[in-house]
Amino acid sequence: MPAKQQKRTRIVYIIMAQQEITKKSEWPLWEVFIRSKAGLDHKHAGSLHAADAQMAIENARDVYTRRMEGVSIWVVESKNIHASDPSEANSLYDPANDKIYRHPTFYNLPDEVKYM
Amino acid sequence: MTVHSFQEHFDSLIDREISIEPKDWMPDDYRKTLIRQISQHAHSEIVGMLPEGNWITRAPSLRRKAVLLAKVQDEAGHGLYLYSAAETLGISRDEMYDQLHSGKAKYSSIFNYPTLTWADMGAIGWLVDGAAIMNQVPLCRASYGPYARAMVRVCKEESFHQRQGFEIMLTLAKGTEIQKKMAQDAFNRWWWPSLMMFGPPDAESPNTAQSVRWRIKRLTNDELRQKFVDVTVEQAKVLGLDMPDKDLKWNEERGHYDFGAIDWEEFKNVVKGNGPCNKQRLETRKQAWEEGKWVRDAAMAHAEKRNARKKEAAKAA
Repeated sequence: MPAKQQKRTRIVYIIMAQQEITKKSEWPLWEVFIRSKAGLDHKHAGSLHAADAQMAIENARDVYTRRMEGVSIWVVESKNIHASDPSEANSLYDPANDKIYRHPTFYNLPDEVKYM
Repeated sequence: MTVHSFQEHFDSLIDREISIEPKDWMPDDYRKTLIRQISQHAHSEIVGMLPEGNWITRAPSLRRKAVLLAKVQDEAGHGLYLYSAAETLGISRDEMYDQLHSGKAKYSSIFNYPTLTWADMGAIGWLVDGAAIMNQVPLCRASYGPYARAMVRVCKEESFHQRQGFEIMLTLAKGTEIQKKMAQDAFNRWWWPSLMMFGPPDAESPNTAQSVRWRIKRLTNDELRQKFVDVTVEQAKVLGLDMPDKDLKWNEERGHYDFGAIDWEEFKNVVKGNGPCNKQRLETRKQAWEEGKWVRDAAMAHAEKRNARKKEAAKAA
């Protein structure tokens, strides 16, 4: 390898190593779930970066509940979320399509039956 | 599925106004365009804090100070919503910061103008946030789910920004002669840059058609600009201020106001980096990032140490 090119390759490696370091210094990503009022489910609100769970909750309070949007916060590190694959949507959800007998409206009741 | 059928499926989702979500297949250009558009928007929120932060310590009353603080805090929040929406497309936060700090990514050029008097806080809220809302409301229906959801949140919060700005303008306009002059001066300086916020005229915006097709832009630059002019003229009447455009005239036939020529040379120049405050804004932003490094590193080291200690304790038990 000619010297000039060698030098360039070395520089590229140094830059790559630096990028690796920068990436490492980025705080992990957390998903934020908020219960908007007592009695309701926690709902996904968005995500944020934080060094640990406690900081994630504190940041979530500042970022997602500045206007009384919540009474409780859950945070989960994003890497721990597992999601279904959209390309498998058909095989996952279609089988439910032809099972309309699972809904109460499938059954005809005589008019005399008022409350059921 | 072949690439062709992936594309067909994507197109049909777009046509049926069904949201595209992070794990769905999407064309590379759609992803790239969205990353650029969303990160640019996020950068604008973050840099947008700087001209206003300048006035927090000089707000004329405790009430105004509390309001301005809340507004600037909202902007930080809006930047964060948008950065996380962009991250779902596969770009890291650090990469986006790098692009901002190196000048590779742009932010709204309006923030490269100086804030000379307190009335500028009024004019920014009224005009700049007003223009931003005009632009953002249609994006609440954008095709990319995380982006649309972030925009809903942003729009909900932003209407207070415009109202507080209008209130500042109204107070000044109804005040002493000097205060009224101050309001008019701020209006004069911010009016044209606000019109430029909607971007170049449609004829010079070649990507508009594709973005409209993808539903990541719902109205064209000129359509939004016209809407903004029409509503602002009426608001200026309430303030009793003069429109800083001698060519402004109601056009009966069009049902809109005609307005004077925009100085696109100035716009291009500011985008290129030659605006009055480009250098200062970027320097301030970079300085904040660099000086915060030890805090970020320390927090990470602390978290790692605590984790290690927890593991040790678990092992011992």
